[in-house]
Amino acid sequence: MSALLEVSGVSVSFDGFRAINNLSFSIGPAELRAIIGPNGAGKTTFMDIVTGKTRPDAGTVTFGDRPLSLLSMTEAQIARAGVGRKFQRPTVFEDQTVHENLIMALRAPRSPWRVLFWREGAQDRANVAALAEEVGLSDALARKAGELSHGQKQWLEIGMLLAQEPRLLLVDEPAAGMTLAEREHTTRLLVEMAKTRAVVVVEHDMDFVRRLDCKVTVLHEGAVLAEGSLDHVTRNQQVIDVYLGRG
Amino acid sequence: MSRSFFARNPSVLWFILILAVFTLAVTLLSDAYGVAFVSTSFVKTLGKTLCLCLVALAMDLIWGYAGILSLGHMAFFALGGYMLGMWLMYARTEEIVVAALAEGVLPATAEEIRQGIATQIFGVVGASELPPIWVFAHGFWLQLALVVAVPGVLALVFGWLAFRARVTGVYLSILTQAMTLALALYLFQNDSGLRGNNGLSGLQNLPGLGDVSQDRLSVWFLWASAAALGLGYALLAWVVSGKFGSVIRAIRDDEQRVRFLGYTVEGYKLFVFSLTAVIAALAGALYYPQAGIINPAELAPIASIYLAVWVAIGGRGRLYGAVIGAAFVTLVSSWFTGGRVPDLPLGFYTVQWVDWWSVVLGLSFVAVTLFAPKGLAGLFDLWQGLRAPNRRGAPLGPDDGALMEREARE
Repeated sequence: MSALLEVSGVSVSFDGFRAINNLSFSIGPAELRAIIGPNGAGKTTFMDIVTGKTRPDAGTVTFGDRPLSLLSMTEAQIARAGVGRKFQRPTVFEDQTVHENLIMALRAPRSPWRVLFWREGAQDRANVAALAEEVGLSDALARKAGELSHGQKQWLEIGMLLAQEPRLLLVDEPAAGMTLAEREHTTRLLVEMAKTRAVVVVEHDMDFVRRLDCKVTVLHEGAVLAEGSLDHVTRNQQVIDVYLGRG
Repeated sequence: MSRSFFARNPSVLWFILILAVFTLAVTLLSDAYGVAFVSTSFVKTLGKTLCLCLVALAMDLIWGYAGILSLGHMAFFALGGYMLGMWLMYARTEEIVVAALAEGVLPATAEEIRQGIATQIFGVVGASELPPIWVFAHGFWLQLALVVAVPGVLALVFGWLAFRARVTGVYLSILTQAMTLALALYLFQNDSGLRGNNGLSGLQNLPGLGDVSQDRLSVWFLWASAAALGLGYALLAWVVSGKFGSVIRAIRDDEQRVRFLGYTVEGYKLFVFSLTAVIAALAGALYYPQAGIINPAELAPIASIYLAVWVAIGGRGRLYGAVIGAAFVTLVSSWFTGGRVPDLPLGFYTVQWVDWWSVVLGLSFVAVTLFAPKGLAGLFDLWQGLRAPNRRGAPLGPDDGALMEREARE
């Protein structure tokens, strides 16, 4: 199985500080992967590089069947190519309704001219209704996103990601600030999504990672320290030293 | 959601209705078509105010909706005025020159007429040749195309450079101010080809309509300005009502997030910037024939700042707010600065409003920004709030009048 995302030999430094150091990483087209690591290990920078927010000093990042280099693309082009990103803090457009938020995210032409003449059809309404159902916001479609609770905003953002129909999903600490029941729902949804696409979850919470039951990549000082099942990496002496052992 | 555009945007119908009633009322009170209650100069003031409302609408789209505080839109407004002014001045001078030469023994040649026009227009800056930029000035339609093209292309080039470099916030505002100032300084030069600080004058005289009185012309321009404002309102209401409006408001609130949704933020900003520049230019092209004169002082940076003040006082982020702000502030302003407001004697000092008006305007701007960010248009919320109190949250029960969820908690 060829990889969907292939990151190889990537390095980036900020003012002399090496945030990412010769990092290589790859994920298949339908795979769930957790990335763990202590603070400053380069998890967020890694996501910034893949989504085009940060340009690496060296290395290559390719994506897709006919590999595209993501390094020469803008954030918007990368998003259109099929990379979705969920932020740690829920970022939804609070001044607009849940419906408007989802409509904006729905897969459709993105150029200003096409968007100007775009009008909502029956199919779009059905899609929005289905998405809202999936993330449990059916009753809240007409409400302003700013009125939602923290957990509901997380759900809305997940719904917006689903609406984009990405082939690769980067999820930053999805369980932060969620109740136990919400966490279980999130876990189910992530596992479900990973059946048809690649999902990368960055997470601090070991219990949550254990629940995901997937391959784990441990980052440390901007490079991969270990990779394998959670049990495998937690037995790794280096991992214990830099990360787990401190607890 | 399958309801018509007007049903979803009731403010459009209301706006057009109020505008129509207003225009009809002024017409019936005018010197030319009614009971001569409103003077011609005041009809012109009202017509000009409508043009300022139109440019305020454009400002609201770019600032209130897209979040780009452009302090250069009055430059596009003035450029539109200059472009149409060139034709007005050329064609009008041509009439005069042809009439003067007709008294001669020999029929005038085309070259003589051209020379006569050039001397008439440019004698004041010591030139006798028409500058190359006047090459289209003889044709109304050509020059009208330039009203759209010149500000449009300037906005495209400027916007492309600024937005591509991801200049945002106050830095972008400063850049637009610099653009305005540079343009004004350029036009102040005598060899800019637009008569330096003399500007273009006599624009109130329409070529071919020499025997139509200003009384009637002023009302015609009022109609044209009202029609333009109505159309502009409907167009912008349509632009902001759909997904496009959603996207630009999202750009205002969090542009990085919009990029991750796959929208090219720079493209949207450029689109809105250029569209509003063209609307501003058309408003200017209607404004200056009513003002009669345009000179580079019209491009002064302060003019664009006033535009932002109108929109802020009126209430940005909704179209009628911009119109209310522009109309209210410019009319009150012309009242105060017209010397018709009695002085306020304080005993130790007499407040003369002509001098103190700027201070009052500045203080009200600060007050509105601090205490009523919704501006004058927020009063509508207050009024609608009286009719249907904001009970917050969704109904708890299916019946009308069921407790709202947050109300129940309080």
